[in-house]
This record gives sequence, structure tokens and C-alpha cells, in this order.
Amino acid sequence: MAEHAVILDSKTLWGGKESPFSTSYGKLMMWFFLVSDALTFTGLLIAYGYTRHTAQSAWPIGEETFNSMPFLGHGYPLLYVALMTFILIVSSVTMVLAVEAGHRMDKKGVIKWMIATIIGGFFFLGSQAWEWSHFIHGSEFGKIELADGSQAIVKGHFGEIESFEVIKAGGHHKNGDVIKTDLLHQFQHAAEKGSIYRSESVINNLNDQKKTIAQLNMDTTGVKGAAANIIALNNKLSLLKKQFNEIQSKPYTRGVIVLHDGSIAKINKKADEHLMLITKKSGSKFKVGGEPIEGKKATELYYGSLSDGYANKVVYGANLKQNEYGPQQYGQFFFFITGFHGFHVFSGVIINIIICIGVVLGTYHKRGHYEMVEKTGLYWHFVDLVWVFVFTFFYLI
Amino acid sequence: MLRDDLIEYSLNTHHSEDQGKKIRKKIFFVTLLLTVITAVEVLLGAFIHQNSSLWPFVKWTFIILTLFKAGYIVMIFMHLGDEKKWMRNVILIPYFIFVLYLIFIALCEALKVGGALALYGN
Repeated sequence: MAEHAVILDSKTLWGGKESPFSTSYGKLMMWFFLVSDALTFTGLLIAYGYTRHTAQSAWPIGEETFNSMPFLGHGYPLLYVALMTFILIVSSVTMVLAVEAGHRMDKKGVIKWMIATIIGGFFFLGSQAWEWSHFIHGSEFGKIELADGSQAIVKGHFGEIESFEVIKAGGHHKNGDVIKTDLLHQFQHAAEKGSIYRSESVINNLNDQKKTIAQLNMDTTGVKGAAANIIALNNKLSLLKKQFNEIQSKPYTRGVIVLHDGSIAKINKKADEHLMLITKKSGSKFKVGGEPIEGKKATELYYGSLSDGYANKVVYGANLKQNEYGPQQYGQFFFFITGFHGFHVFSGVIINIIICIGVVLGTYHKRGHYEMVEKTGLYWHFVDLVWVFVFTFFYLI
Repeated sequence: MLRDDLIEYSLNTHHSEDQGKKIRKKIFFVTLLLTVITAVEVLLGAFIHQNSSLWPFVKWTFIILTLFKAGYIVMIFMHLGDEKKWMRNVILIPYFIFVLYLIFIALCEALKVGGALALYGN
């Protein structure tokens, strides 16, 4: 760094031989590559900003979405991402220390700090793997579609499911069986399929309705007394619907679940605490940007929708088609931007390992300078730089 | 074929033990600064929510702090501050011209599209 800016007259400067920037070819090309890579990431983040501005208040908020810590559970907004940022900053520091050691031709120092950088890189990759897994699996509540067609994300403490008590035998479970394993998974699977109901009588009622509709749909032309029959069936159907609505309007206490094998079981579950619904898609009643729904009303709306017998009322976690946090594009941007960055970190770690082997073998010491360490260092700092922006624009704002 | 007329710029960056001490001091100062900025950002994010009236102020604070962090990383960690002035300009000026224009045009367009969607529905 000492005599960087050597003063040259303009004839020497532009007459070949000398570089106008007093920089080696390799380093300059690394910078040009980084500029182009920076433009790629800028493009991605601006595309994100564009989509977010069009979606406005339906867009998820970082502190609502990312508030979990490993081993500790929920309620730690952004702490985990801050930890990831810190890990990456520290690994950037160890890298710059390796470069500094290289400038002093201190081979041992370079090896020490490069290994520290590589370890930091692996820590970051591991953290990102955890975060992706958490994002994909989602919360216990998921995102719910309410009766008015609006969609809401759900916050609060999910009361633990204690057991399923079989009240009607199916292909696998016997009457009176108590199931205690894999409860949350079965519960969520049933909720997605619309196999959770308020009580057994709802299931019977719905079955009767189906049968009646099937009878109505049968070809009755030419059958004696068909008209009278149709009127009777219609009356029966409206009576069943009325009964159904009566049951549905009562407060939700504890539901029944139709298990995989067709058996019906009572759900023994502790009550949820601090339940809160935040509207992310407007319906006829609840609008995006309105007040969050809390307390008993939230419980009623959530379980009312969960237990109304229709499939696809609830979304858990995220994939490329849908996610529980907000609009579809949110999940896609999450996967693409953090994935693309993670891929850069991964390749950075690989390059660092290769260069570190070179340092150990003494390749650069023989050359008389450690510029290769400087070049891989540039790439590594760039990865840190990108994360600083991803952290702000994806998580904080 | 090895050329002997090329200047080996890579040696320019070498420095002595004493200079190294100074540089390391600077590195640790920047580390502390970046950590403190990140901690401040997280605390602000945790305590001031997006529906708060202070939010626009906090949002711009985040953006400015981020640019600060980015500046320190590029200028100190990536040593761009130690390069020649025109090398710095060749890297930064084209990038900023392009990006500022892109941000301006994309966000203006997005606000109009968002407004239209809000008015006429999806």
C-alpha cells in the first residue's frame, strides 16, 4: 500500500508497458468482474423492490417472517439474520488480515487467517441451510383463507397437540386408540386436505349432503313420482345445510380429525395463546392494512376456517408456488436472491480452499508476492458487501 | 515466453512490520464500526415497527447506514481507497450512473403499477 501511486508522465503512462492504474492485469480484471456481478445483484434487488412496491402493504415484513432462533423458538425478530451478518463480517475481517499478512510475506499468518475465513464461510452456509429449512417448513399456524375470501398470516403461540383419541375405527386404527406420535405433521396434513371438522356430527351431516346431492343428480326422468321426489330431496338438503350452519356458528371447542386411514379421532390440544391474524390479501370483509384481528375473534375465525371441511384453506411453509408469508413472488425472490448469494458464498469458500492449498504448498511465496490471496480476498469481500445490501433490503425494510 | 519489460505492480503493495501494525489497527476499528452499525440496525428494527410513525425516518436511517457499511467494506477491506483515483472512478462511476437510473425508473414505474392495481384490483 505504501508506494501505490507512482507518478508517471503521460508519455510513459499511455505508451504501453505501464498500466495507467499501476495495478496488475489480474487484479483489474477481478474488479471488472465484480462490477458486472454487482450489476447482477443490483438488478435482482431492484426487481425485488419493484415487485414489493406494486404489492404495497400485502408484502410480508421481515421482523414478522424471520423471528426464530435455533433451540429457542419464536420471538427473536431478526436476531438470527443479524448473527449471520456478524459471521460474514468477521470472516471478511479474517480475510483482510490474511491479505495483510501476505503483504508482509508472512506465510504462516496467511494460512492461519485463510483457514479462519474458510471456517467462517462454512458457518454462514450452515446458518443459511437452517434458515432455508425453517422458511420452507414454516410455522405451526400457516396462512389461513378466511370465510370472506381474505388471507391472513397468523402470529402467536401454538398450543401443543397432546394426542388423537380415535372414536371411529378406520383401516389401521381401532376404536379407543390414543395416538401420540407425529401429531403436528398429521394435523397440518389434514388441515391442508380439509379433513378437520368441528365434531363428528358435521362429518355425518356433510356425508348426508353428498348422498342427497348424488340422488338429486341421478337421472330421474320417466320415474313415477319423480317431481315429488326431487322436492323432498331438496327440502332434505336445505334442512341439512341449515343444521350445518347452526353447528358452524357455535364457538369452536375441540375438533375431530379424519386420519389417513379414514378413522376419525378427537383432537386433544392445549389452547393457543396471543393469537393474532394479519390480513395479507383483501376479502369482502377484512382488508390489507387494516387492524390485526386478536383474541377470541381470531381463534374463532382461524379454527372456523380450518374446520370448514374445504381443502386448500391453509398454506404451511413455502415453495415456488405458494408460501405462508405473503404473495407468491415473495417466496420466489427469497429463494432466488438468498440462493444466488449463498451460491456465491459456496464458490467463494471453494476458491479460498484452493488458494489456501496454494499458500501451504508455497506457490505464492516463490512468486515473491501474495497477490492471489488479495484477488480471492476481493471476491470474498464482495460476497460480504452483497449480503449487507440483502440484509437491509430483504430483511430490515 | 517470459517478458522482462513488464512492470510487476504486485510488489507495490508490500509493507513492513510497523506499517502492518497500523493497518491492523485500522482493520479492527472498521470491524468494530461494522458490528456496532449492524447491532444498531437490529435494535431499531426490533423496537420500531413498520406501522410506527417513525418508520420512514428509520427506513432512511437503514439505507444510509447500509451505504456507510458498504463504503467501509469497499474502501478499506477491498483497498479501493488505496488505488489510484482514476481506477476508483472507472469502477464506481459507470456503476452508479446505471444503478441510480435503474432505481429511479423501476420504483417510479412500480408505484404507478401498484396504484393501478389498488384501484382496479388484480
